[in-house]
Amino acid sequence: MGRILEIDEIAPAFKRYVIHEPGIARRHRAGQFVIVLLHEHSERIPLTIADSDAVRATITLVVQEVGKTTMEMGALRSGDSIEVVGPLGKPTHIEDWGACVCIGGGAGIAPLLPIARALGEAGNRVVSILGGRTEELLILRPEMEAASDEIHYTTDDGSFGAKGLVTHALDAYIDASGMPAMVIAIGPAVMMRAVAEQTRPLGIPTVVSLNTIMIDGTGMCGGCRVPVGGQSRFVCVDGPEFDGHQVDFDMLMKRQRIYLEHEEIARRRFLEAHECRAVAAGG
Amino acid sequence: MARELTKKERLAIPRHPMPARDPAERICHFEEVAIGYTDEMAVGEAERCLECKKPKCVVSCPVGIDIPAFVNAVANGRFSEALAIIKADNTLPAICGRVCPQEDQCEETCVTGNKGDSVAIGRLERFVADYERQRGEIRMPKCKSPSGFAVGIVGSGPAGLACAASLAMEGHAVTVFEALHKPGGVLIYGIPEFRLPKAIVRGEIRSLEDMGVEFRCNFVVGATATVNELMGEWGYDALFICTGAGLPYFMGIPGEELIGVCSANEFLTRVNLMRGFDFPNYDTPVAIGRQVAVVGAGNVAMDCCRTALRLGCEKVICLYRRTRSEAPARIEELEHAEEEGVDFRWLAAPVEVLGNEDGIVTGVRVQKMELGEPDLSGRPRPVPIEGSEYSIELDSIIVGIGQGANPLLTQATEALKVDKRGCIITEEITQMTSIPGVFAGGDIVTGAATVILAMGAGKLAAHSIDCYLRGVPMVVEEEAVDDDEDDAGLAALIPSEPETRTQNGAH
Repeated sequence: MGRILEIDEIAPAFKRYVIHEPGIARRHRAGQFVIVLLHEHSERIPLTIADSDAVRATITLVVQEVGKTTMEMGALRSGDSIEVVGPLGKPTHIEDWGACVCIGGGAGIAPLLPIARALGEAGNRVVSILGGRTEELLILRPEMEAASDEIHYTTDDGSFGAKGLVTHALDAYIDASGMPAMVIAIGPAVMMRAVAEQTRPLGIPTVVSLNTIMIDGTGMCGGCRVPVGGQSRFVCVDGPEFDGHQVDFDMLMKRQRIYLEHEEIARRRFLEAHECRAVAAGG
Repeated sequence: MARELTKKERLAIPRHPMPARDPAERICHFEEVAIGYTDEMAVGEAERCLECKKPKCVVSCPVGIDIPAFVNAVANGRFSEALAIIKADNTLPAICGRVCPQEDQCEETCVTGNKGDSVAIGRLERFVADYERQRGEIRMPKCKSPSGFAVGIVGSGPAGLACAASLAMEGHAVTVFEALHKPGGVLIYGIPEFRLPKAIVRGEIRSLEDMGVEFRCNFVVGATATVNELMGEWGYDALFICTGAGLPYFMGIPGEELIGVCSANEFLTRVNLMRGFDFPNYDTPVAIGRQVAVVGAGNVAMDCCRTALRLGCEKVICLYRRTRSEAPARIEELEHAEEEGVDFRWLAAPVEVLGNEDGIVTGVRVQKMELGEPDLSGRPRPVPIEGSEYSIELDSIIVGIGQGANPLLTQATEALKVDKRGCIITEEITQMTSIPGVFAGGDIVTGAATVILAMGAGKLAAHSIDCYLRGVPMVVEEEAVDDDEDDAGLAALIPSEPETRTQNGAH
């Protein structure tokens, strides 16, 4: 069991968890994830590792509360313990490519952070482009700024950085500085697809990190499979990172929605129970 | 004291059928289908044993249980003694009595079965294990004093549990590493409650814990720690790798990515491990709709068919490209599935999964087959019949055509030699891998097989590991058996009224 040492809200519906997990902390490399189980009745959910500290023996997870399990996780307190298994998935392939553009959207900024750091440590010029709906959803700004040589922001509402999408910022970067050696994009599937479509004609290698439904996370169930280059690949053991130009994003997005109805039932049920508890507690 | 029976009298006793729940009732819940023998039935069934001088059943048992001795104890009403005899060779009798393919092992070679029905050895094994369990009289095997050696076991399925038990009895400190959050491997995530109640598996694991075995769940060897680390800084003197065949095969036909196609592993894990049948009380959903096809006819496929019925599916179709005679499932599983209303389509192979524009399964295109010449597996090769394709409307498809070796550990362990299929290569007798002190067994070595074969491998590996640790050469017991004339003579006494039970190719 992993003990939660710290839990804090870093943005609306975004919480950061620092969890005591000596084994995972020691082995974690950029790009990897863990599977978390809150309790006996809970689902197993994959969460990318945002940071690790081998000395403190901790890993950091940044989790957006979107469904029942993530909301329930958000209601935990420091001192609580959860089941954590990992680190899973292949680490990011890090080399000194030259100029690397790291694009993060929404919750995707969290897994991008260790990758940006590792790229910087390997000698790359790290150019980060972070996008979100609005200013307060641009999470981990100080950390990303420290990990980047150059950073650009975009928001849908123009509340911070340039108004627009991360693809606009990538265009602007290429116009100003030329073609990067590598693009790494992590965020919602629509964002990763847009970036991949943009870089494909330019021939810029583009890595994306996929987030799918998983159960075991060790290649046993095949629930996470996605067509990549016409072949069925398992995100848990073959990924989570793949060549963005080869991923069938259309099928990925369809498969992400398999249990949408059930997720909604579970979410509503949780919220109702939660409100009842709040009322009973004299809220 | 048992009745004195002549051999003719013994042979005249008909085989006792297994009491089972009514099919119409049992498909409404997940409770165990087979109810088990009463004391009287068990004694009566045990009296059918001819007590051959050179019993072939023992040779056909992958773990070499002294079957005539335990059956004789049952016939004499000494049930606890019967269990002690079994436990000398098999630490998990309540499990094996339920899931072993006895018709291809001990019961296949039972002399009584030459002309009539064999002694129901499996049911008797289950009976004595349950007898003890239900009375709460579980006696722990005695463990030797601590040896000072520590052994890590990677995987908590049948091979791992059997190996852990034997090593603990030899006085070694045993840690079992499990990737999932509950120990038991396929016994927990794969085999459904109605065939193997989870309380039994938990009971067996608790017994091992009482013997001092430590279980570490949520630990993926190859990810959380490597084999080298376990053998190095973690200080294990030996490792036994038994990670199983946990990589689902898909069919490789168009449409397999569609929503509504899942592996048998995923379906069974959602239901058994994650309790998806009880959504939303449990958070993991399982959605297969009303009409389902299960591809394959092994035990796993039968488990899927019967689980789907219990989830409320109106129609469950089993598609298999050969015939019932070649189906690899235990005969009891096929019979139970038939009784419960599974629609078997023999000689039918899926060629394409059909879907709508939202990517959701709408059906399957099936091609009829005919049997041709035997292939490499010895079974007749299914040959497609041109122009015989037809479509079936479906909500989902569960693929239960087998599993390969899970590559997670082997890929993370460079020095570990594997074959073309990704199975770990071991020395035949000792089961040692290419890394000294690291042993392997079960499905990760043989490819997907049965619970009892994995247990047999686990038990033998424990013996080999024990010899390795103590620095003594491994002695392999030879159990050569000649045809015994007396026993053959017994067979001649058997009234020739065959209830034919052919069952080939138990995988």
